[in-house]
Amino acid sequence: MSAWLSMWWMIFRVSLSEKLVYRVDFMLGTLMRFLPIITHILLWTAVLAAGDGEPIGGYDRNHFVAYYLLVTISRAFSSMPGLAAGITEEIRDGAIKKYLIQPVDLIGYLLLKRIAHKLVYYLMAFLPFALIFFLGHEYFDGWPEPSILCAYGVSLLFAFCIGFFMEATLGLIGFWWLEVSSLLFIYMLITFFFSGHMFPLEILPAWLRPVFDYLPFQYLAYFPAALFLEKMDPAQMTWGLWVGGFWSVFFFLTSRIAFTLGVRRYSGFGG
Amino acid sequence: MTLTIDVQNLTKTYRVHQKKEGLKAALIGLGKRTYHEVPAVQGIDLQVHQGEFVAFLGPNGAGKTTTLKLLSGVINPTAGHATVLGHIPWKRENAYRRRFALVMGQKNQLWWDLPAQESFRLHQKIYRIETEQFDRSLNELIDVLDVSKLLKQPVRELSLGERMKMELIAALLHSPDILFLDEPTIGLDVVAQHNIQQFLRHYQQTRKITVLLTSHYMKDITALCKRVVIIAKGRIHYDGSLKGITDQFGGYKILTVQFADDIESPPDLSKYGTVQSIQPPQVTIQVPRAEVASVLSHVLNQHDIADVSVEDPPLENMIAEVFSLAAEEENAS
Repeated sequence: MSAWLSMWWMIFRVSLSEKLVYRVDFMLGTLMRFLPIITHILLWTAVLAAGDGEPIGGYDRNHFVAYYLLVTISRAFSSMPGLAAGITEEIRDGAIKKYLIQPVDLIGYLLLKRIAHKLVYYLMAFLPFALIFFLGHEYFDGWPEPSILCAYGVSLLFAFCIGFFMEATLGLIGFWWLEVSSLLFIYMLITFFFSGHMFPLEILPAWLRPVFDYLPFQYLAYFPAALFLEKMDPAQMTWGLWVGGFWSVFFFLTSRIAFTLGVRRYSGFGG
Repeated sequence: MTLTIDVQNLTKTYRVHQKKEGLKAALIGLGKRTYHEVPAVQGIDLQVHQGEFVAFLGPNGAGKTTTLKLLSGVINPTAGHATVLGHIPWKRENAYRRRFALVMGQKNQLWWDLPAQESFRLHQKIYRIETEQFDRSLNELIDVLDVSKLLKQPVRELSLGERMKMELIAALLHSPDILFLDEPTIGLDVVAQHNIQQFLRHYQQTRKITVLLTSHYMKDITALCKRVVIIAKGRIHYDGSLKGITDQFGGYKILTVQFADDIESPPDLSKYGTVQSIQPPQVTIQVPRAEVASVLSHVLNQHDIADVSVEDPPLENMIAEVFSLAAEEENAS
């Protein structure tokens, strides 16, 4: 057990060192991610002004701003830049061979690399996040109760798991397709609209909302933000956490199945 | 000697998409794709014992690398059976993966942006090497390969030769019982090639490990391997000693005659064999092995000779001959 932990700890440390090599690029990339928040806030301020400030989907200006700030945090957990494309590229150029010959689990290895990536990101983004939330604290109704904060933490963990394992599964489809950029484009488009990244899902027609409760996408961005803003009753919150947990396990399993089946048909490209 | 690798009727067939040229074909390909099957390895049998250093020779696409990929568990076979150190490679059991190493000359297995030392530490944990053994192995490998000053340099800043040394260190840290080497000296200059060859010979002789090597460089083969397996079109066409290739396929010898006088046009020797080159006062001819003695006697009796040498044809030529024979056989069948 200790040898196992020691190995994963070393993989994590090496991944962390690697992420810190190009720190200036990483820092700039991190800061640039805050720009879309400003665009969203300006857009929805204009939309609300056009409707004489009437709330849309139960969201007034303050709630819109708070929502977008919280969605930025959700996405800091659920977005996995380069994960699926990276896996497919390694399959295509044969670099994946090194994971197949070493006594190490590929998905676990990628997971730890990603956790290291996220930690460096949080380290870099902490001050900008703190500053923005400090400047925007008036848009919030105050801190939610501790139980909701706990549920919020769990929902962020699920956002990370769903995001990671879903993208890993897409990347592993590369064993069959070799190129998944179109698939990733569709995935990005779907998540852009249906995860709540673009707008709060309450804006969608009432008949469509229940469908989203069952799909995995809203657990990537909308659900944690709406939970923090107390946009749902306790029953909905508990139900949402169960569904988020289900999708985390589901995509964990799909990634493992895709890997097991994919390796069987792998041709060992690239010499 | 213990049987380390036992391969029986191993077969690997790739299914390859056939894409015709042009936009129309590309559009048709959206709906209906045509595939054809490429037999990369066709029912090979191979037994390798512990401590053997075996060379896999063959033209590009012969099935050498595919065989190494099968034996290292990177790919699954289409048919056949293989055990390596008692394990079925494509089950990818950790117990097996801890006992072999695969080094590919064209692939980098180290972390590109980090010093090699960090990759070595990671290997220590992945392969669960005791710290004492790790330090001992690492120091020994660093000394022999003379890379102590390069350990803290990011891998991306190393030369190709230096990188290959680091790859070898990473591959050998866990003291594998079997080493698969796929063109380890590809792209290296002659000095770097020589250094790697020296190291591999020393390491294999001291540790008595089993090594399977593929290479296009004859110098690698002659410097390192006693046993050669020639593979072409996925089938084994020769399995034996290096010298055996000469006996089996070298049906002629190269006779180089240097005439005594500085003559502009040496006498015509084509009646004795195939003239290969004329560089006055020297003529090189290819003579059937059985006729060497009589040709030599004739030439020495009838001409004023300053020097003469009889050599086996270059190994490359004989192997090329085996390749073309294999291709002819394959086409005929």
